[in-house]
Amino acid sequence: MLAKRIIPCLDIKDSRTVKGVNFVDLIDAGDPIELARYYSENGADELVFLDITATKEDRKTFAKLADQISENINIPFTVGGGIKTVEDVDILLKSGADKVSINSYAVKNPDFINELATNFGTQCVVVAIDAKYVNDDWFVYLVGGRVKTDVRLFDWAKEVEDRGAGEILFTSMDHDGTKNGFACQALEKLSQIVNIPIIASGGAGKIEHFSEVFKSGNIDAALAASVFHFNEIGLQELKIELKNSNIPIRL
Amino acid sequence: MRIAIIDYGAGNIQSVKYALKRLGCKGILTSDKEVISGSDKVIFPGVGQASSAMKKLKSESLNVLIPNLKQPVLGICLGMQLMCDFSDEGNTECLKIFNSKVKKFDNSLKVPQIGWNTVFDLKTSLFDSISEKEYMYLVHSYFVPVSPETIATSKYGIDYSTAIKKNNFTGVQFHPEKSGGKGEIILKNFITNP
Repeated sequence: MLAKRIIPCLDIKDSRTVKGVNFVDLIDAGDPIELARYYSENGADELVFLDITATKEDRKTFAKLADQISENINIPFTVGGGIKTVEDVDILLKSGADKVSINSYAVKNPDFINELATNFGTQCVVVAIDAKYVNDDWFVYLVGGRVKTDVRLFDWAKEVEDRGAGEILFTSMDHDGTKNGFACQALEKLSQIVNIPIIASGGAGKIEHFSEVFKSGNIDAALAASVFHFNEIGLQELKIELKNSNIPIRL
Repeated sequence: MRIAIIDYGAGNIQSVKYALKRLGCKGILTSDKEVISGSDKVIFPGVGQASSAMKKLKSESLNVLIPNLKQPVLGICLGMQLMCDFSDEGNTECLKIFNSKVKKFDNSLKVPQIGWNTVFDLKTSLFDSISEKEYMYLVHSYFVPVSPETIATSKYGIDYSTAIKKNNFTGVQFHPEKSGGKGEIILKNFITNP
């Protein structure tokens, strides 16, 4: 049976992990390779690396980092942040990334999704969607949640699937950072609308939040950052508890 | 030990090279027919679309070379599917090593299947030290049906071949190079077994 995936997410700036990490047993907690290796050896099913630098020069460094990650870990990983061209994706996939994640640029240029699906296959195209609940509906936000659009979440999700997205990474801006649990209702509706895997993101604070999200809808994976980085939730402990709640999990 | 990794411009070959490196082996990324023919083992990787991958193989005449290889060959993911008879993906005539038709998963399932699924009914030494129902990492929309050539099965809606073997040719649908320590054992078994 296909297992539900647990995905730690690392924000990368200038080749370093930012937002901080808190592992006593790591020599250098800011080193993304060391952290990636730690997670892959401790039960992570997959990793996501988000490049939060902006300049072109840094992009090249990021591809180099993807290559080093690929050399050092033996689980799949996704890279995202600032991807705008087929060439950007080509370099990252050739460097060993399994999937790329696109976000704001896809909203402004939806054809980019088709272009990537045609060139590289749907299986490596993750469309990340940030949304917020405003006036009785969910709307898509851009630039890390700073810019509101008139695009409705559920319409956009359907459209990205039709255009060739292989997976949707949904972050609720209302839940992100609250540690009060994932946006289960929106995720449940999302899972009824599209027929591609969905990664839930935003709101993880305790183990129960993960079992809630996996039990509420047909959600395939859950992503979190700080609860893992600060060791508030141990990956192994989380996965054992989920398995004990009869959720299919790889131990 | 010389291990050739067939480079035909498709898929995630860097990861295969690094996985071999972690096992202490050097894999040579190559499309050179002599290098491929002269190596002890051949890995035929692939992520992508069947018909465009076949076009790339044909443009380098690798479609003639691969079925005639005599040493152990391991096809991974699309590599395994391309070794079959025919693929419904783009109605593609494939390499015809395995007597199977590659089909698309039912539309009632989430497609692609992405993630870790169990492998069972394990046969042959490829799975030495691997337990029944071990998890492996898979990403695919098309599958090879169960047949007499099946040496491992997975279930996604239906039971399908997650590994197949015929003579010196082995195919795995999962990505051993991305399946953690257990995947490394499978790669190691391929490298060390005769």
